[in-house]
Amino acid sequence: MSRRVRLLLFACAGPGLLAVLLIGLHGLPAFGDFHGVYGLLVDHVEPGQRHATDVVTALNFDLRAFDTLGEEFILFASVSGVALLLRHLRDEDEDLESSRSVADHRFAGASDALRVLSLVLIPLLVSLGVYLALHGALTPGGGFQAGVVLAAGPLAILLAGRYLALKRVAPQWMLEAADATGAAAYALIGVGGLIFASVYLKNFLPLGTSGHLLSAGMMPLNSIAVGLEVTGAFLLTWTEFLDQDLLVAREEL
Amino acid sequence: MSALQAVALLVVVVGGTAMVLVPDPLRQTLVLSVYGLALTLLFFVFQAPDVALSELVVGTVGMPVIILAALRKIAKHAAMREQEEQGDGE
Repeated sequence: MSRRVRLLLFACAGPGLLAVLLIGLHGLPAFGDFHGVYGLLVDHVEPGQRHATDVVTALNFDLRAFDTLGEEFILFASVSGVALLLRHLRDEDEDLESSRSVADHRFAGASDALRVLSLVLIPLLVSLGVYLALHGALTPGGGFQAGVVLAAGPLAILLAGRYLALKRVAPQWMLEAADATGAAAYALIGVGGLIFASVYLKNFLPLGTSGHLLSAGMMPLNSIAVGLEVTGAFLLTWTEFLDQDLLVAREEL
Repeated sequence: MSALQAVALLVVVVGGTAMVLVPDPLRQTLVLSVYGLALTLLFFVFQAPDVALSELVVGTVGMPVIILAALRKIAKHAAMREQEEQGDGE
């Protein structure tokens, strides 16, 4: 197809698409107009019956806990896929010791200011992540957010130009274990519901006082399990991709 | 809609367009990172702080790190192939 035919096609299709979009936009409800009966119901039910003050977490870890189970295993499967795919390309006898000096040199481009900054960032990120995991049912956040923030903590070591220190702080086996333990723990909490409440993933723990750290039944546990899994999953993906750079470094030797 | 929300929407529109228009993938990755920050702001002013938290890490740090690692690998491969071709030509 020549450039002229393509332009002609666009000249016909473009205004048509624009017209349809404008008609569609014209029919949208006004900004801030909300008619979601389900949303209003959840707003009403969750704080009262589940003692959770963050309705989003309540939705994720209680009312639609089964959906979250699916999402969690989507993440688990995709990270396993990445690990499997990239591991295939790596040398079988990978030993970091021999390439350490080369690799440390390659990643050591950080200035002193950047190193100090990342040193400050690490404890802040880790404590924020722990806070988010524990307060999932109380304040905005929850398992996934906690996981990504916790994973960003060790990543700050990379910012300081110390990738191999990151590998020592968070070795592969530990990340894999965190990923698998988190996913398994969430599924097993569901089994707890099956045993004690006769419905899979139904709340079976005492609800406690609304607003307290240990309240909202199984939500804090689910939040911690998801946080653990997401931390492992993200760090595993990042290290798998960054390991590819070590591989390139080794090929050069 | 408040002025803050309108500004956040405008920043996201400009950021998205800028990201598409940047030709060099390396620079594009950095623009993507800044665009992630703009999206974070957008989610925050539209009262979705939990989504903002996810976007802050995934869009601003997580994705760019993966893309940067991939770009580096691609560049190395291209350089190696070029060397091999030069070797064949001589």
